[in-house]
Amino acid sequence: MQFLSDNSDLLWSAFLTTLSLAVTSGLCALVLGTVLVGMRVSPVPPLRGLATFYVEVFRNTPLTVVFFFLFFGLVYVDLQFPTRFVTAVAALSLYTAAFVCEALRSGINAVPPGQAEAARALGLDFGQSLRTIVLPQAFRTVVPPLGNVWIALAKNTSIAAGFAVTDLTAALQRLANVNADQLLAVFAAVVLGYLAITLPSAWLIRLIENRVAIVR
Amino acid sequence: MTSRTAGEPLVRLSGVDKWFGQLHVLQDIDLSIDRGEVVVIIGPSGSGKSTLCRTINRLEPIDSGEISIDGERLPEEGKQLARLRADVGMVFQSFNLFAHKTVLENVTLGPIKVRKQAKGEVERRARQLLDRVGVGTQADKYPAQLSGGQQQRVAIARALAMDPKVMLFDEPTSALDPEMINEVLDVMTSLARDGMTMVVVTHEMGFARRAANRVVFMDGGRIVESADPETFFTNPQSDRAKDFLSKILNH
Repeated sequence: MQFLSDNSDLLWSAFLTTLSLAVTSGLCALVLGTVLVGMRVSPVPPLRGLATFYVEVFRNTPLTVVFFFLFFGLVYVDLQFPTRFVTAVAALSLYTAAFVCEALRSGINAVPPGQAEAARALGLDFGQSLRTIVLPQAFRTVVPPLGNVWIALAKNTSIAAGFAVTDLTAALQRLANVNADQLLAVFAAVVLGYLAITLPSAWLIRLIENRVAIVR
Repeated sequence: MTSRTAGEPLVRLSGVDKWFGQLHVLQDIDLSIDRGEVVVIIGPSGSGKSTLCRTINRLEPIDSGEISIDGERLPEEGKQLARLRADVGMVFQSFNLFAHKTVLENVTLGPIKVRKQAKGEVERRARQLLDRVGVGTQADKYPAQLSGGQQQRVAIARALAMDPKVMLFDEPTSALDPEMINEVLDVMTSLARDGMTMVVVTHEMGFARRAANRVVFMDGGRIVESADPETFFTNPQSDRAKDFLSKILNH
């Protein structure tokens, strides 16, 4: 315990790094994933093709490889993110967006086609019908799968540790390396840190799920 | 026939063909509908009558031929198509009310989002329309809380809120319990009396006799016969129509 409180500053800032990696990437992935799914279901074939290509590339590439590419590959085309944190957020967002897109698409497929037909028959254009009729209903059915994506993302942030971002996993490595006898305490603290993010998320997801449920 | 032919027909289909894969569902369809005319399309299942109805606002694209509404050719896609669809009311077999919106919001959505009209005025009119179709007291409920007949009447009010030039009804009573069919047909009959131009795909022969100016009989993707209801029901010309009528009118 003494050891943990001695290092509380490091652990706390590592926890905040993990949390902000997850939240920032989560929001970016949600926005990007929504745009992608709009393209994937659009009536314009090139947009559909582009979005499908994106999803297949990022869904089927290991996240570590995406990190690797953004950290070390982009310099070859003279690109560089401002900080390591931003690079990590970019990798996590690009990767997670593919999963958000697919989760949302499953939700869109679950909205009866008559809903979009009725919207079009009223004179709403594709964007309006997607925004006001289809997506709001799709979001409701995708709360559980999006919850999965979010929890996976929260844990995936740990890969940033391998790329010199001082998150919880990096703190675990650092402290355990120096004080092998304290491994168990550090390990417990770090796991608690992740649980502090994922468990309340699970509760919140259930709450949202009940709140937005629609009667059909 | 009680036609009010003042120049151009309101809806005109000429040489319309449509394929579903190998199936030639619409074969060289020519049909003109005048302002204020009520046309009822009947025929056996798979005859293409619903598809025909749905091509009029291009929910089903066509493979060849031409469809125009109020003298304007139906555009392929995009904003122009959306604008034209706004003038064509559509009532579906399965109601298709927006499940996440209240009854009132279902009716106000089009005028607010598409016509960009002021919310207050739109709501006032929406309540009038809901009263007119007899569901005024249900305005704040969600569709799933209403009976099928009530939902379909809301769907009619939703279409009317756009001040359409023509209303399309795609088997509006086929998904309803028998006791709810009449409440919907009554609303449609009163619309017809008020001079609304209507295209109605239905199996309700009583409605066809009562409200239609013209009955169009389809079979195998073609218009086989087109006549006023009295002539059609008492003296059908084609064998196919005779056969069809003998099967449905005998019980």
